[in-house]
Amino acid sequence: MAHLTLSGLTRSFGSEVILNDIDLDIQTGELIVFVGPSGCGKSTLLRMIAGLEKITDGTLEIDGQVMNDIPPSQRGIAMVFQSYALYPHMTVRDNMAFALNIAKKPKAEIDAAVDRAAKALQLEPYLDRLPNALSGGQRQRVAIGRAIVRNPKVYLFDEPLSNLDAALRVATRIEIAQLKEAMPESTMIYVTHDQIEAMTLADRIVVLANKGIAQVGSPLELYERPRTEFVAQFIGSPAMNLLPGKITATGPKTEVTLDAGGVAVTEIATTDTDMGRAVNLGIRPEDFVIADGDAIFEGEVEILEALGEVSLLYLPANMSVGEGAVSANQTHLIAKLPGIHDGLKGQSVCLTADPAKLQIFADGITMRR
Amino acid sequence: MDMAGGKSRLTWAVNLFAALLVLLWIIPTVGLLISSFRDRDAISTSGWWTALSASEKNVIERALAPDQAKPEGDLWVLEGHVLEGQGVTVTAFGITSKEPVAFTPGDTATHARGHKITVRADGRYRIEYAEEPSESRGQRLFVRAETPPGFTLDNYREVLFAEGMGRSLLNTLTVTIPATIIPVLVAAFAAYALAWMEMPGRALLVAAVVGLLVVPLQVAFIPLLKLHIGIGLGKGYLGIWLAHTGFGLPLAVFLLRNYMVGLPGEIIESARVDGATDFQIFRRIILPLSFPALASFAIFQFLWVWNDLLVAKVFLGTGEDQVVMTGRIVDLLGSRGGDWEILAASAFVSIAVPILVFFSLQRYLVRGVLAGSVKGAAV
Amino acid sequence: MQQALFALSTIIIGVFGCVAYFYFSNLLLDRMCPAKGPNAGRNINRANAIRPWLFVFPALAILSIYLLYPVFSTAYLSLHDSGGDFIGVGNYTWLAQDEKFRESLVNNLMWLLVVPAASTFFGLVAAGLTDRIKWGQLAQSLVFMPMAISFVGAAVIWKFIYDYRGDNQGEQIGLLNALVQAFGGDPQAWITLPFWNNFFLMAILIWIQTGFAMVILSAALKGISEETIEAAYLDGASPLQVFFKIKIPQIWGTIAVVWTTITVTVLKVFDIVFAMTNGQWGTQVLANLMYDWMFRGSPDFGRGSAIVVVIMLLVTPVMVWNIYNAHKESR
Repeated sequence: MAHLTLSGLTRSFGSEVILNDIDLDIQTGELIVFVGPSGCGKSTLLRMIAGLEKITDGTLEIDGQVMNDIPPSQRGIAMVFQSYALYPHMTVRDNMAFALNIAKKPKAEIDAAVDRAAKALQLEPYLDRLPNALSGGQRQRVAIGRAIVRNPKVYLFDEPLSNLDAALRVATRIEIAQLKEAMPESTMIYVTHDQIEAMTLADRIVVLANKGIAQVGSPLELYERPRTEFVAQFIGSPAMNLLPGKITATGPKTEVTLDAGGVAVTEIATTDTDMGRAVNLGIRPEDFVIADGDAIFEGEVEILEALGEVSLLYLPANMSVGEGAVSANQTHLIAKLPGIHDGLKGQSVCLTADPAKLQIFADGITMRR
Repeated sequence: MDMAGGKSRLTWAVNLFAALLVLLWIIPTVGLLISSFRDRDAISTSGWWTALSASEKNVIERALAPDQAKPEGDLWVLEGHVLEGQGVTVTAFGITSKEPVAFTPGDTATHARGHKITVRADGRYRIEYAEEPSESRGQRLFVRAETPPGFTLDNYREVLFAEGMGRSLLNTLTVTIPATIIPVLVAAFAAYALAWMEMPGRALLVAAVVGLLVVPLQVAFIPLLKLHIGIGLGKGYLGIWLAHTGFGLPLAVFLLRNYMVGLPGEIIESARVDGATDFQIFRRIILPLSFPALASFAIFQFLWVWNDLLVAKVFLGTGEDQVVMTGRIVDLLGSRGGDWEILAASAFVSIAVPILVFFSLQRYLVRGVLAGSVKGAAV
Repeated sequence: MQQALFALSTIIIGVFGCVAYFYFSNLLLDRMCPAKGPNAGRNINRANAIRPWLFVFPALAILSIYLLYPVFSTAYLSLHDSGGDFIGVGNYTWLAQDEKFRESLVNNLMWLLVVPAASTFFGLVAAGLTDRIKWGQLAQSLVFMPMAISFVGAAVIWKFIYDYRGDNQGEQIGLLNALVQAFGGDPQAWITLPFWNNFFLMAILIWIQTGFAMVILSAALKGISEETIEAAYLDGASPLQVFFKIKIPQIWGTIAVVWTTITVTVLKVFDIVFAMTNGQWGTQVLANLMYDWMFRGSPDFGRGSAIVVVIMLLVTPVMVWNIYNAHKESR
């Protein structure tokens, strides 16, 4: 029911800039996810939308109305906090009814809204309990219920699953996805550092890095066509391998000769001016296949991690690491092969990949147009 | 919090109310501080809050007798000084009682009889006669003068040396230092035993200590005084140290035990595995780690003993070598209740040390207050 | 100089005596039960059984002599007259009829009602205000400062507030009277004003205890999860609603603690009354009454003890509550 426009949004404390010049359009009914390494400002951006942090510069519009100086409660938003932020001295019912009580809504209306939300979230048996008598998952649902009761235009989620254990996290993630489906008109903004949450929930993902937006796009777009090395390595696990090399042939199919010796032909088009340019060849670990003849990379398997469904092969190599990358390995190339490959440890293997899936980055930016 | 749409009016009101509250709370102490530097007359004739601004007074003074005038050119001139040596500033003057402040300093007033009068701001005056005057009664000068605020250290000098506060300060120190250190030591050992050593009846002992926390110490006076006199201890320092130790111990054991229980057990166990004895563990590990709690309690006990009146009145004699500062002030309140300057200076001498301790070690005190009551009484 | 030397030497003897006890008793135990030789195992066990008692012995001894024994001794004395003869509950029946005792009891109850309530209230206000401002730390220090001042010092300080000058004694030098005058009222001798003078004495204790309440309540306020407060703002609560509906309910436990702690302090209040009025003009309280009977004029230890027993009975509920809570904690 609401569409948000962020233009030139900036947040700074004195001379220290936290977020710089954020431009973003969020459509009605969209579920958008902010991801990024810790400290990238994703929570700050969410809190600026909520009104919990002042906007230093730029404007925030919800449905065309400038919200910069509107207090949080009048923005038509509801927020689910990381720690749930339930009022410990109130029962579940009072927690969910608090906002409506403050707004002095008629009692019948409040009860109806609370009951409806409780039913949807299977919280009915717990309505008269205090939060500390609930399990983590139940508290999480109360927090969501508290948001639903207010019937907001925009839902904000601040890492809502990070305090849950792994199994519960998956279950709650699915619940949130179902919730979204039940309310197709609601706009939702979801902050997480967990890329699986981002990939599974998002209509669009906003990757934040370096005080700004690195890339906005659908989950698959980010996976298949990362705009920068940072995004390439941030999305996907293990991170994309970046092998340093030079462009040795241009045209519709560009050829990269790696410093390590291998040659890769990609389906990215370049022009003659790019000839000889130093680039990084990006290959996702899961895109590697074992080759018989022509290999992009050849080396000895130093470490082999057998996970059952897949095996991770670590081959010593001189890797490039994208700026700000969190999980990239600098000393080994990683290949992820389906199935069990017990015999490969200590063996020399030749690896190649589908040319369509290769990426080329020059100065950290993709050469794909 | 830095919320959007926050009302600056509210912030403003909060600041204003906080300022008012703080003002209300420090005014009494400020009053004492200022009073202690004022001289006797000033204190008893005007409120301390007037001391900071210059005070104004109106005086009438007679100039020198006209027959002392000296010739100067064709005039006879009389020169002198009003309010000499009082460091005042003249703000207005007059020559008749009807208009005592008609002229500003430096102006010239002409008397009905013809002579001209000028009074300067610094108090010097000059009267010019056209002919040699002969009267022996000097001209009346009406002067309004401003006295700058005057402060003095005399009160402190008198209190410390003549009124025996200096002696009492020593007595208070003699009481306070051991009465602070001994309970800390005794309690630290007991707290360690109650927190980390295996012994039968440990829980019971802890409960007993908690119970003793609220026993009013008035209970102890008569029996202990009888006991002290019975065993020949009489009234004296050893007795009061023990008494203060006894009264401070429940809180000390309680605070320290709570703190020590919170220390990680792995450290103590690993020290045991390394072959340390309990005494070594206590000295090398527990004591250093418990420093914040020890400091908290020590400050508490220090303030309490320093400020105590009742225990000192009961367990110490009335001799010059045993009267503590609080006792001395109470005596002064009785015997010299009207001598405000003595009271003010004595009181300030007695509260200066605690306040100094308070401001320099406040962090520990706050921690102690929190540990002692939040964790303590409630939990 | 001589006094200073005496003080120094007594300090050293007192403190070192204490250290020496712990050191040598431990050393002795190690010598008697060496952890080696043929009986090492038995020796270690024996030392481990004894050592805790070495550690707690001084504390237990002092506590027993200085707090436990007096409790019983006082109860015993309260049943005897000044000559030491047993008179049963005679002292208590005397108390019940004594005018001064009734006055003290009523006054003490007033103190109990007013001082903890007012101190906690002001403490809460101060904590709430200073929580939200930039110079909160400094403000807290200043409000907390009276905690460091002795009751006697406070009495002198407040004399400068309450002082009264009669008609022909010149300008009012007491701040309160000067203010009253400035607003057109008539100066009063506050300290002798029947009934109300109690409240002027209470003001002094409130002035001292507010800082204590503030420090504890402020810590409790800081302990409230910031996110619940933000959630409340998002839910549309105003700052006042947040304070009363979200913050205060979450610190009820702490408020109760502050309240009871100040209650115990109030029951023992002595110095302020002693220094300001000495119980005259209808301001007597139990602790000061007891002091009068014990140490003034012709002492009557029996009657004094009976008063102490009454104080003790008043404190007992708080003590029970404390033990109950400590017990709850240890489980």
